[in-house]
Amino acid sequence: MNWLKNFVRPRFPSVFRDHDDTPDNLWQSCKQCGEMIFHRDLALLQHVCPGCDHHMRVGARERFSQLFDDGAFETIEVPDVPHDPLKFKDQKRYADRLRDARNKTGDRDAVQVALGKIQGRKSVIAVQDFQFMGGSLGMAAGEAVGTAGPTALGNNAPLIMVAAAGGARMQEGILSLMQMPRTTVIVQQLRERGLPYIVVLTDPTTGGVTASYGMLGDIQIAEPGALIGFAGPRVIQDTIKEKLPEGFQRAEYLLEHGMIDMVVHRHKLPETLGRVLGLLMGRPAPETQTA
Amino acid sequence: MQTYLEFEKPIAELEGKIHELRSVGQTEGAVDIFEEIQKLEVKVADQVERLYKNLDAWQKTQVARHPARPHCMDYIETLVEDFTPLAGDRLYSEDYAVIAGLGRWQGQAVAILGHEKGSNTQSRLKHNFGMARPEGYRKAIRIMDMAERFNLPVVTLVDTAGAYPGIGAEERGQSEAIARCTDKCLQLGVPFVSVIIGEGGSGGALALATASRILMLEHSIYTVASPEACASILWRSSEHANTAATALKVTAQDLEKLGVIDRILTEPVGGAHRDRAQMMSDVGLAVAGELAKLASLSPQELRDTRRQKYLDMGRSGIV
Repeated sequence: MNWLKNFVRPRFPSVFRDHDDTPDNLWQSCKQCGEMIFHRDLALLQHVCPGCDHHMRVGARERFSQLFDDGAFETIEVPDVPHDPLKFKDQKRYADRLRDARNKTGDRDAVQVALGKIQGRKSVIAVQDFQFMGGSLGMAAGEAVGTAGPTALGNNAPLIMVAAAGGARMQEGILSLMQMPRTTVIVQQLRERGLPYIVVLTDPTTGGVTASYGMLGDIQIAEPGALIGFAGPRVIQDTIKEKLPEGFQRAEYLLEHGMIDMVVHRHKLPETLGRVLGLLMGRPAPETQTA
Repeated sequence: MQTYLEFEKPIAELEGKIHELRSVGQTEGAVDIFEEIQKLEVKVADQVERLYKNLDAWQKTQVARHPARPHCMDYIETLVEDFTPLAGDRLYSEDYAVIAGLGRWQGQAVAILGHEKGSNTQSRLKHNFGMARPEGYRKAIRIMDMAERFNLPVVTLVDTAGAYPGIGAEERGQSEAIARCTDKCLQLGVPFVSVIIGEGGSGGALALATASRILMLEHSIYTVASPEACASILWRSSEHANTAATALKVTAQDLEKLGVIDRILTEPVGGAHRDRAQMMSDVGLAVAGELAKLASLSPQELRDTRRQKYLDMGRSGIV
């Protein structure tokens, strides 16, 4: 099948920016079953393989247009945070890595926030994009969650968190770890106001994200086949020196182990979210008793 | 047998010499040997002081993990009267990596939680080297719930390389347990003081360290990932752990500058393991002092100030 890749090589960087790893192709092959899918079909299929139902990764804007009614939404601006707070350098300077990720994705950082309607109900959605440095949780992502929360509170709207991350943004050291309690407070504020907080776990979500806002949803949804866990499979394998069980840390495995409420096909996500929000918000808040 | 860290070689050599002279002295009883020993002892003291004044991040990592450093149970046995251990998460099992119980801290009834690494092969295995499974965090949540009901302050002693990465731990919701435990820390309406006594490893440490006041021993470390793990991810080899430790800013001194911890507790010269009694007594007084400062706050004030502290944290870098 590779002849296609060799022959057809037009460039559509703006169209494909949000997609999987092979942006310069009219055809994309499914990583799971190898089926070739034409790029326009892929967008219509919401990046779900028609052959095997494999859910490919999608970026923030595409996710917003899939979930919000008529693909209409208003992007909420996230305040800037200090860049490279520790002046971190590994084999490459963090400042350079950040710049590259920004150029590649066109985004400032991994989490984007938008306001729109889901099945007629005003909602805030935050999307974590794995394409941006593995979706990693750093100060900017924390700031985005810290923007999404108050936006939901201000609009009396639920917050939907579409999570994806390899874990913490290592290059921000302890400041990245501190985003875990920070985002947890945001979740608590929604909880106290009686606003639904729903988490959609996508492939992959691991590390500090699952160990904070990623697992604190009123309702936990996962996309089929998504890898979800605290430690990555490689770390576990290296620690215990055993073969991991089949399907380990996949969405279906978590469902079976009681860790999430449901596994939902991407095409059914807007309807499911709409229904769940309708049920959770279906009754008026109890009136405060007067003496 | 004393354990010497790699960078302590000069000290080990000098102390070895003293030991030798002593055994010779016992048989011969010569005065000049006695004088020689005294000279060497002064030299050792000087050497220890100089070395420990300028420890780098990687050396501190080793000190923080020193096997003779006082561990959670050492502090409890020395400082806590009427200690009453409490076991189990009521859901699955007991996790010996997390110590939980009630006791009196300088006379005041408190709930105590901490990671215990163990002090010999047998106890290390029992405590899983201080690496907790979900049950450990769920037990902590249970104890914090109870502490709140009985208006008892919470003291945590943090010392873990991180939460345990295993199949069972994942299946039973390691991430959810850590998230809920942090969540609980942030809701507590009682005074809550945390001391990072050794290693503060990632989310597994954070789940017990999201406190009103965080104290940290002078040579302890607190980090998003162990220097080895960070090195193997970013440098593709754990041999760069030394460089990673520096880059990650894991030391108490760095974390104080970043506003992540509230106070550094000075260690005895040469580290906590060289004068365990002194270290433990200092921690006892410091925690009691912090609890006293928090005592006048109402449950709502305690909750609000703690939450505001963490909302504001991690928003600015090194100036």
